[in-house]
Amino acid sequence: MFVLAGLLVGAGAAQSPTYKVGRAPTADEVKAWSITIFPDGTGLPEGSGTAAEGKEVYARRCSECHGTTGQGGESSALVGGQGSLASAKPLKTVGSYWPYATTLWDYVNRTMPFHNPGILTDDQVYSVVAYVLHLNEIVGENEEMNRQTLPKVKMPNRDGFINDDRPDVGPKSEK
Amino acid sequence: MGDEESGRNSGESSRRTFLSIGAAVGGALLACSDSGDTPAGDSVKRTGKPPDEYGERSPFEKSVRKGSVSRYPEAGSTRTPLQDSHGIITPSSLHFERHHAGVPLIDPAEHRLLIHGLVERPLILTMDELKTFPSVSRIHFIECSGNSRGEWKPKKGATAQISHGMASCSEWTGVPLSVLLDEAGVKPEAAWLIAEGADACKMHRSLPLEKCRDDVIVAYGQNGEAIRPEQGYPLRLVAPGHEGNINVKWVRRLMLADQPAMGREETSKYTDVLADGKARQFSLTMESKSVITRPSGGQKLPGPGFVEITGLAWSGRGLIERVEVSTDNGATWTDATLQEPRHRIAFTRFRLPWTWDGTPTVILSRATDETGYVQPAVEALVEARGPNSDYHNNGIKSWKIAADGSVTHA
Repeated sequence: MFVLAGLLVGAGAAQSPTYKVGRAPTADEVKAWSITIFPDGTGLPEGSGTAAEGKEVYARRCSECHGTTGQGGESSALVGGQGSLASAKPLKTVGSYWPYATTLWDYVNRTMPFHNPGILTDDQVYSVVAYVLHLNEIVGENEEMNRQTLPKVKMPNRDGFINDDRPDVGPKSEK
Repeated sequence: MGDEESGRNSGESSRRTFLSIGAAVGGALLACSDSGDTPAGDSVKRTGKPPDEYGERSPFEKSVRKGSVSRYPEAGSTRTPLQDSHGIITPSSLHFERHHAGVPLIDPAEHRLLIHGLVERPLILTMDELKTFPSVSRIHFIECSGNSRGEWKPKKGATAQISHGMASCSEWTGVPLSVLLDEAGVKPEAAWLIAEGADACKMHRSLPLEKCRDDVIVAYGQNGEAIRPEQGYPLRLVAPGHEGNINVKWVRRLMLADQPAMGREETSKYTDVLADGKARQFSLTMESKSVITRPSGGQKLPGPGFVEITGLAWSGRGLIERVEVSTDNGATWTDATLQEPRHRIAFTRFRLPWTWDGTPTVILSRATDETGYVQPAVEALVEARGPNSDYHNNGIKSWKIAADGSVTHA
């Protein structure tokens, strides 16, 4: 019995206390699924890339849908629109709207290319992110993006968001 | 009606012969002959289909979800035909869809839910294990925050399906998320839960922990059976009253954190640009809303006379307390009857008997929820938010009835 208990503890020490089901994930399992990149850079892997390196990746993997210079095409524009948000026709792009550069890393790594997500290496993600930021004139062509520098990139619309303050309308029911 | 001559199938007995045999052989057949006395067409003259393993609706029913054609159909959507709905439950097969990378095919035997991050006891659970926890079943609507997006513009939706069909209502069954959080032991510094799906885009959203502890369900059941693939099979979040995108489908990972992920969906997409260019973020609650489903756009009244006006009302803040209907373009309002029992954060069916006198008019509805919030006019929303907030349009919808009885958007 003691041996068996010991084996169980080793295999799943963290089974749920009340209902006694489930097991503890292994470190590798958690690592494999932990793809969330936070605005402070938590979750970013080792690796690096520059816009100069990302240009080629972008041309092969991104331009078909987003346009040769991020102007948009079959899919949304990645570039432009800065200063348009209060106008009659806001153009929401990485440059004009996205508040965090880390979000771009997370999203490209998580989802792109649309029909083949997950094929880019970490270095390729860094470089293509750098390229899109460069197209928006946010980072220089040879500025290295890595886990230290990317969270420090100041996005133009970083302070453009407010928390939900609704209800903002609502006449009281007339009776 | 000449039943004797109308036996199209020579192998069938005429009704007269049938009746005489029935009289001779007794009660059971007499019962059949009684139902045969009602006018019911050919169905009474031949036996129907035997029982079947999984039911289908009548081939005469044609109501379907409709979507728009897209370059990326995997990132498309379809809308529920609300104008054809009865009661408050949306059939699972007609529940609206919005996918970001297609509907994944997931073997429930392979599916796992990982709970980790700021917890004392990280957990991996199988579907079988999830079903051993205490469960709840609750009726809730889910509405895409982009529902009624077209209603900001002068050219508005021609049918209730187009204008309001990205809202549907099901009975959801699953484990209260609070149970799982207690099992994992949430650390005091945790404030957000990041939920992630097992679709190709690994769609993820951040939820305030307070909401997760309140009423969120980790659901595996929908309307009495397993959740449909396009609704998240085998496992999804149901976050009652929060915008559809938060109700993460195919959920495989719940990560507790001290900050939101600030993912693409909650920064660049489901945020609402206001008049000054600032954008409202984490605008999660779906506010009080209603739509008349009959008579509604695309339908036609046969002529002056009795009409039951009926529709659906809902609020992400709780119970619908009141629905008022106007049959004179908003000059006067009458309380509709609300279908009981009402459920919080669920479709509420309303009904109002009316006699149409044949003159052209405009009908509309407005809902009040238990917080006292009254569904506003679209113009009031635009005044508060500017013309480009895009999401969260819960404005009043009106329908115009023409002299010939045809109904269109007002």
